[in-house]
Amino acid sequence: MHLGRSRFSNKLIPMSLHKAPTLGRFIADVGPVDHIGIDERVAKFTTRSIKKNAKIFGLKLATTMVDLTTLEGKDTPGKIASLCQKALRPHDDPDIPATAAVCVYPAMVKHAAKWVKGTSVKIASVATAFPSGQAPLKTRLAEVRAAVGDGADEIDMVINRGAFLAGELALVQDEISAVLEACGESTLKVILETSELETYDQIRAASFLAMQVLRPGDFIKTSTGKTNLNATLANNQVMLEAIRDHYFATGVEIAMKPAGGIRTAKQALHFLVAVKETLGDGWLSNSRYRFGASALLNDLVRQLVKEKTGAYQAPYSFSESSSAY
Amino acid sequence: MPAKRTPARELLFGNLWEYDPAPETAKAHIDERYGLFIDGKFVAPKSKKYFDSISPRDEQKLSEIALAGPSDVDAAYQAAAGAFKTWSKTPGLERAKYLFRIARLLQDRAREFAVAETLDGGKPIKESRDFDVPMAAAHFFYHAGWADKLEYVTPGRTLAPLGVVGQVIPWNFPLLMLAWKIAPALATGNTVVIKPAETTSITALKFASILQEAGLPPGVVNIVTGAGETGSAIVNHPLAAKISFTGSTAVGKAIQRALAGTGKRLTLELGGKAANIVFEDAPLDQAVEGIINGIFFNQGHVCCAGSRLLVQESIAAPILSKLKLRLKSLRTGDPLDKNTDVGAINSKAQLTRIQDLVAAGVSEGAEIHQPVCDLPPKGFYFPPTLFSNVSQSHRIAREEIFGPVLSILTFRTPEEAIEKANNTHYGLSAGVWTDKGSRILKMSTELKAGVVWANTFNKFDPTSPFGGFKESGFGREGGKQGLLDYAQLI
Amino acid sequence: MSRLTITKTPKCYVGGAFIRSESGRVYPLNRSSGGFFANIPLCTRKDLRNAVEAAAKAGPGWAARNAYNRGQILYRLAEMLEARSAEMTDAILLGGGTRAQAEREVNVSIERIVHYAGWTDKYQALLGSVNPVASAHFNFTVTEPMGIIGIVAAEDAPLLGLLSLFLPAITSGNTVVCLASTSRPYPAILLGEMLATSDLPGGVVNLLTGQRDELIPTFATHAHLRGLAAVASLEERKTLQTGAAESVKRLKLMDSEKATDWYSEKHQGLYEIRDHLELKTTWHPIGA
Repeated sequence: MHLGRSRFSNKLIPMSLHKAPTLGRFIADVGPVDHIGIDERVAKFTTRSIKKNAKIFGLKLATTMVDLTTLEGKDTPGKIASLCQKALRPHDDPDIPATAAVCVYPAMVKHAAKWVKGTSVKIASVATAFPSGQAPLKTRLAEVRAAVGDGADEIDMVINRGAFLAGELALVQDEISAVLEACGESTLKVILETSELETYDQIRAASFLAMQVLRPGDFIKTSTGKTNLNATLANNQVMLEAIRDHYFATGVEIAMKPAGGIRTAKQALHFLVAVKETLGDGWLSNSRYRFGASALLNDLVRQLVKEKTGAYQAPYSFSESSSAY
Repeated sequence: MPAKRTPARELLFGNLWEYDPAPETAKAHIDERYGLFIDGKFVAPKSKKYFDSISPRDEQKLSEIALAGPSDVDAAYQAAAGAFKTWSKTPGLERAKYLFRIARLLQDRAREFAVAETLDGGKPIKESRDFDVPMAAAHFFYHAGWADKLEYVTPGRTLAPLGVVGQVIPWNFPLLMLAWKIAPALATGNTVVIKPAETTSITALKFASILQEAGLPPGVVNIVTGAGETGSAIVNHPLAAKISFTGSTAVGKAIQRALAGTGKRLTLELGGKAANIVFEDAPLDQAVEGIINGIFFNQGHVCCAGSRLLVQESIAAPILSKLKLRLKSLRTGDPLDKNTDVGAINSKAQLTRIQDLVAAGVSEGAEIHQPVCDLPPKGFYFPPTLFSNVSQSHRIAREEIFGPVLSILTFRTPEEAIEKANNTHYGLSAGVWTDKGSRILKMSTELKAGVVWANTFNKFDPTSPFGGFKESGFGREGGKQGLLDYAQLI
Repeated sequence: MSRLTITKTPKCYVGGAFIRSESGRVYPLNRSSGGFFANIPLCTRKDLRNAVEAAAKAGPGWAARNAYNRGQILYRLAEMLEARSAEMTDAILLGGGTRAQAEREVNVSIERIVHYAGWTDKYQALLGSVNPVASAHFNFTVTEPMGIIGIVAAEDAPLLGLLSLFLPAITSGNTVVCLASTSRPYPAILLGEMLATSDLPGGVVNLLTGQRDELIPTFATHAHLRGLAAVASLEERKTLQTGAAESVKRLKLMDSEKATDWYSEKHQGLYEIRDHLELKTTWHPIGA
């Protein structure tokens, strides 16, 4: 790999991108993806039958992987407080573990810090003019630094989709490198926004574009959760396969986070089957896999309680449930 | 600067999160003993002889199957000939309505039939449930719709039935093969005498109850069970206007010889040794999935299995490592477990044949790879197997193994791939994996195979004609083309 | 003393739901034997417009369903009609005729639905083609549904006539907006209930009741209707043809002044389906 100096971060980056900027050539380089083939592969994950102890293990594992999320204009310190309490203690049953993290807007990071600093629950902050990313780079980077300064352990950034679709791959990657620098010690999650990239070829290409500059333990992430189509087994699979290929080529272990659209425990188990059968045991932990979700947590808890008591549960029995019926 | 030694990169597919056993619990409702289904009811065989049917998953006895002799076969043909007089004159729409009923009833009892199929033949319940039974129902539904539209199929000529059709089907897709045979025969106005394979007769016999529930007139379909001698009696019976056979090439040739001079029509669907061709620009992971499906679907007991992988040299190494990796998440074991991907081998005889050919592969110098499998102690099982460094002269590249064994060969150019793919007396199917559309069409044009799958494999549909070139047989099943093999044009 | 019955309020099946006219208007339907039966919605052009919106919403999904699925849904419509054939026979009798004639109309309607259920996955193989062009190209022609088709039914044969016009359109993935017989609307009302219980997605078939002279001009000029199949008088046909020109609609017109033998097999089949299809031809080079 031939390296050259990035015009944004002054860091060394692969020069092949400057020389061969076209998206088409990059896709040919990392390899095409057959859409129907992926759809058929993931359909097989949904026919796995996960029962008894395997089910309980899976549900608990999924719980530890949740980035409990609130990203609303109307978020307040009060809302953040209850979110953090829920993340730390999803249910009265002590067997049910805490979640991996809470995920909030930059302005809310300091309020979250009051509740979870020093616990196992991390603070993830979205940044870089989430969800659109349509702001000058300077302000996007300032947002990252502010969130990190307030205590964010993890930053969820969005890539520049406009530049990507216009074929300006070097620009996209340079911006990721710049954000990485602004993160310092904090983990970076790079949101590709799969619904805007549309094709599986492009999702795979964008995955590699990001992974080429990420550190071990950083993440690639499907979506902001703010469009009509978010995480699916198919886009999750495209990204898992990219992670696997990148690992075999470089030895670097990149983590994965599907976000948005995963509302039920059943779905979460399907996603975990995909991880188990594609990347194996090494990625079945919250340092390598997360779920960006909100309603999912209560469905996981609800299923765990059902497994323990043998009876189906009503949604309103669980704290922070939005279902009153 | 000295090159850094990179540590071996491995993914661990271990037991951190083991799937618990997930046995299918629906009942198969298998009778202790079955008679012969002749003229709309079950009757005892004249010889009063029965043979045991065992389950290959654990070698336990499932049922007793009647052994039909020549006089039983004759009774079946007489019933079919009698029924033909009315059936051939039954208006197309009425025939259609019977076939629609059969399709719907099979859909109603789908789970029961899937469990029976898995117990009897050894294929994973996931496959019987998600492929065999739904596809069988779809074949009846599709052909039902043709029964009143035959005048559209052969413009300028009238499509008329042949008479009584004798049909002999194999053990790899028992219910589905039955559907492939009976549906078009009935849609075109023929009546049927059919013999399922001796190791897998149960779903055919259960199917008789569906015919009764549907109210199909007695004698239109007659189901007689037995082995080679029963099959012979069916093939040689003078009342058969046509014979339709799916099975081994050796038996197909024997049937073709036996029919010489009789004036009987014949269609054969025989063996294959399909080449699955992967070019370097193919979507690699999906190609690997296609290769896996191509050879391990139904334990490789598939006439059109992609049993020869022809991989472009430049990607041979990554493809082989991806295949080996993929084998680590493939589950071989009890077919009744919903998480099993590769089930039991159909019979002891077939298992022995596979073992012999694999031994030949090893002794001829090919490189074998088998994942570590925890196989059940009883029953017939064989781990999914890869052979690399295979050449065309190896037995494992030329003979049909009919098991979960893939032979991997390489090629450099499209021309060479075509030559190697066509270098066989078989011609049933082929696979092509490439991102380039024009190449797909070129390969499809040059490959001597009745079915070409591009960027996919083992895809079947009632609307899509299936059948082979050369010694893979002649005639087609499915589509408007398949109807013609059950008709005469006047 | 005999029990007082609950009379049914007839509503139109539009967008998968049952509606009254947005105008609130109705017209009375009397039995042919005398006496009031029920009030039938008198639909307006706004109802027609709303129905077209519903059809537009359902269109992409219906066309994207595989042929086998569409066939099974049509077959289920036959199951529903068969199960309620006595009720439908009575509905036809409201407009007069004998019981035997009404039963015949129901039976032939059921057979016709089954006939089209069996076409969904076959017409493509007969109407499409692979074309042996002289250059090194793979060239193939496939059929495609047109979109939303407007249907104006005949006044007689209130069930069979209506089905005969819209079944071939939806077989291939089109959606339809139909005007039922004005004088005999009740079979269409019941048919809506059977469509609703046959797994057919809402909006694929929309059945309106009302006056021909109020609705035909909108059928003619609504640009989102890509085709029309209508049984109409000379004047009505002129209106339809003139109005259709602006949006270049494809028209299939039958003369309402001539008696049509709906029972004949001439009024079902492959060419009825072809009336509502586009043809698309694609070329691709063949070469390594």
